[in-house]
Amino acid sequence: MEVHRDDEGSKIGMWLFLFTEMVLFSGLFIVYSVYRYLNREAFHQAAAHLDVALGTINTIILLASSATIAMSISAIQYQKKKQALALLTATVVLGLVFLVNKYFEWGEKIGHGIYPGSETLASYGHGDVLFFGLYYFMTGLHALHIVIGLVFIGFVIWYIAKDRITHDNFSVHENSGLYWHLVDLIWIFLFPLFYLIT
Amino acid sequence: MISEPKHASEPSYLEYKGKHKGILAWILSTDHKRIGLLYLYTIMSFFVVGATLGLLMKLELIAPGKTIMEAQMYNVTFTLHGIIMIFVIVIPGLPAVFGNFFLPIMIGAKDVAFPRLNLLSWWVYIAGIILVLIALFTGDGPPDTGWTFYAPYSFKTAGNMLPAVFGAFVLGFSSILTGLNFIVTIHRMRAPGMRWMKMPIFPWTLYGTAWIQLLATPIIGITLLMVAGERLFNIGFFDPALGGDPILYQHLFWIYSHPAVYIMILPAMGAISEIIPTFARKEIFGYKFVVGSTLAIAFVGYFVWGHHMFTSGMSGTALFAFSILTFLVAIPSAIKVFNWISTLYKGSIRMETPLYWALSFIFVFMIGGLSGLMQGAVAINVHVHDTHFIVAHFHFIVFGGTGFAFFGAMHYWFPKIWGRMYDAAWANTGWIIFFIGFLSLYGPMFYLGLQGMPRRYYDYDESFHGGNILSSLGAIIMIAGAMVIIVNLIRSARKGAPAVADPWGGRGLEWKIPSPPPLENFDEIPVIK
Amino acid sequence: MENSSHHIVPYRVYLIILAILILMTGISVAVTQIDLGVITIAVALLLATVKSAFVLIYFMHLKFDNRMFSIMAVGVFLMIGVVIFVTFLDYLFR
Repeated sequence: MEVHRDDEGSKIGMWLFLFTEMVLFSGLFIVYSVYRYLNREAFHQAAAHLDVALGTINTIILLASSATIAMSISAIQYQKKKQALALLTATVVLGLVFLVNKYFEWGEKIGHGIYPGSETLASYGHGDVLFFGLYYFMTGLHALHIVIGLVFIGFVIWYIAKDRITHDNFSVHENSGLYWHLVDLIWIFLFPLFYLIT
Repeated sequence: MISEPKHASEPSYLEYKGKHKGILAWILSTDHKRIGLLYLYTIMSFFVVGATLGLLMKLELIAPGKTIMEAQMYNVTFTLHGIIMIFVIVIPGLPAVFGNFFLPIMIGAKDVAFPRLNLLSWWVYIAGIILVLIALFTGDGPPDTGWTFYAPYSFKTAGNMLPAVFGAFVLGFSSILTGLNFIVTIHRMRAPGMRWMKMPIFPWTLYGTAWIQLLATPIIGITLLMVAGERLFNIGFFDPALGGDPILYQHLFWIYSHPAVYIMILPAMGAISEIIPTFARKEIFGYKFVVGSTLAIAFVGYFVWGHHMFTSGMSGTALFAFSILTFLVAIPSAIKVFNWISTLYKGSIRMETPLYWALSFIFVFMIGGLSGLMQGAVAINVHVHDTHFIVAHFHFIVFGGTGFAFFGAMHYWFPKIWGRMYDAAWANTGWIIFFIGFLSLYGPMFYLGLQGMPRRYYDYDESFHGGNILSSLGAIIMIAGAMVIIVNLIRSARKGAPAVADPWGGRGLEWKIPSPPPLENFDEIPVIK
Repeated sequence: MENSSHHIVPYRVYLIILAILILMTGISVAVTQIDLGVITIAVALLLATVKSAFVLIYFMHLKFDNRMFSIMAVGVFLMIGVVIFVTFLDYLFR
């Protein structure tokens, strides 16, 4: 059977997959908004525990990484392989820095006894339990998506280095970009919901 | 009818020899037809398991008090019956079997858009089944929550929930991948000249179904992950002791599981819409209305989930809104019934087994649908909630609807799939036994439910005994009918008379190619005028 | 099947969008430091929505792709919105 190539079809497929991811997270946004509505005061108080500066830095890091991967797709179309590789590597580095920041942020919270199921957290009251439950669950799931995205981009780098992705065959590259932007898109909503609305 | 099958230029998909041999030639095949049959064989095997569990429940209920099992065993049995029947059988059901086999053929394509992803979907599906089976045989006993996994019981019970929950999650993932594949296939691979409004009805219903699979399944995914989080980390999302709201769990669960009902019924309606015009020898009446109502059901069906929760403590406003929306969704379903009847009107009807199934489908679907409309009214719902009336209703829809359409489609496309005819006398005998069994199994449950017999108990009051005897006898009759049907089909697939390319005088593209189809379906891609 | 030639977006466009996004992040941080009650939440979410629109339109190429993608994306967001609305018919009036 001849190999059937349909870049537009792959892109539709990727978008459809992104829709399922959006709906997946929207389930959590429903839970968040319901519990925020039911525990308004407690959510305000609890959000104040999070470090706005760290959150802002991470937001800018993710936005920048989104720009670099988008630029790398232009680079591959301009047939500038080295630039494309450099921009993708920058994306991976920024993604890793985001994860490291996240690690310290979580570590600090856990160090203070704030984690699901802990006695300390339970003593703060129901609103805090739900806020931090959602915080860990949603940022955790988001971080998992970052890890998957980094692996995906790693493959793209490998393919470009091996010339399997070129200026006239870069569908995989483009789709990895779409996936990475989705991760960014979700963070754009997570950031105000957890860090800003205090 | 008399012409011999055309000899294809290449061997049929059944005989084709690839680089793998034996069973590997099937479980590693990316051919959409073989994958369809892989699903069929898996589904049929588990149907035997699920039906056996159902029969055990009916045997337990043949008399009040303990008959063959204890209460806990009964809880486990109805849970497994539900999980297997819903997640393993009816949700993949028609799309995975007949959708995989016939979607590319009916739109004039050689395969689906992503053949390897298609094979992966089947493997993911098998992985999900294995996880569910692990829940059965490990830990402190099988799940006993019912297939709905209602919180907070689902993270308090000693039953082995985690593998079952992950299994359902993985099965959902398989369903998403199939839906994604179908949407891209329909968008990108229709034959030249097949505009949207020239597409047959079955692909249209698969299209609507695929969107529901895509946009509803992730909700159950995330909900089940949250339940897993509850069990593993005691987070408190749905635990009232930690401030969580169990009703929110019910919302999330039904945001998926109500649309899931339309995942089950839409392709069934599509298959019926193929069978009836063929045997009435007419075009389907009101094609545009059938297409429109398909999309309307898919859309409105997304916003009616709350009618499963009328007694759970929602606000009055929500009760009102969900009740109205539920009545709305009945309209497009009714439109379809009128279209089928109008297609039959003044048709030159040829009574064959698939048409028997289609007509009985309309009959049971009407009963199921109208009883559903009754429950859409809040007052009646409060009266019949969690009684056998509900059990009767959803079996009339899910089994009477999807199941009858599945058997109808099975007989309709049987000659195409295996290139042989089934034995019509046995098939009709099986159908009538099954139909009588079905009605006497589920019919009395309407009455029992209205009298107040609750569901999900292994015991009942003496006054319900009469109806339960009839129901249990019906179960035995229906199983006997199912055995006749399945044995006949298996025998016919091996030894039946060779089938011609178009035994029914059907008009779709699937009847233009040899039976069984060659590996690539079409020698050259057809052009639709 | 045609693999249509792609629109190549110059680096400059992405950098401008990035600058706008960072600016808007700054604004939302600054605004939310002032306690305006409900308005704070509204502003923060509105800015997030505008930011995500920029990401969708430019980074994710909705502006340059077949319009079908935009229609699908808007449809999905509307659907999610309606689901949240219907859920709140319960919680707002309980």
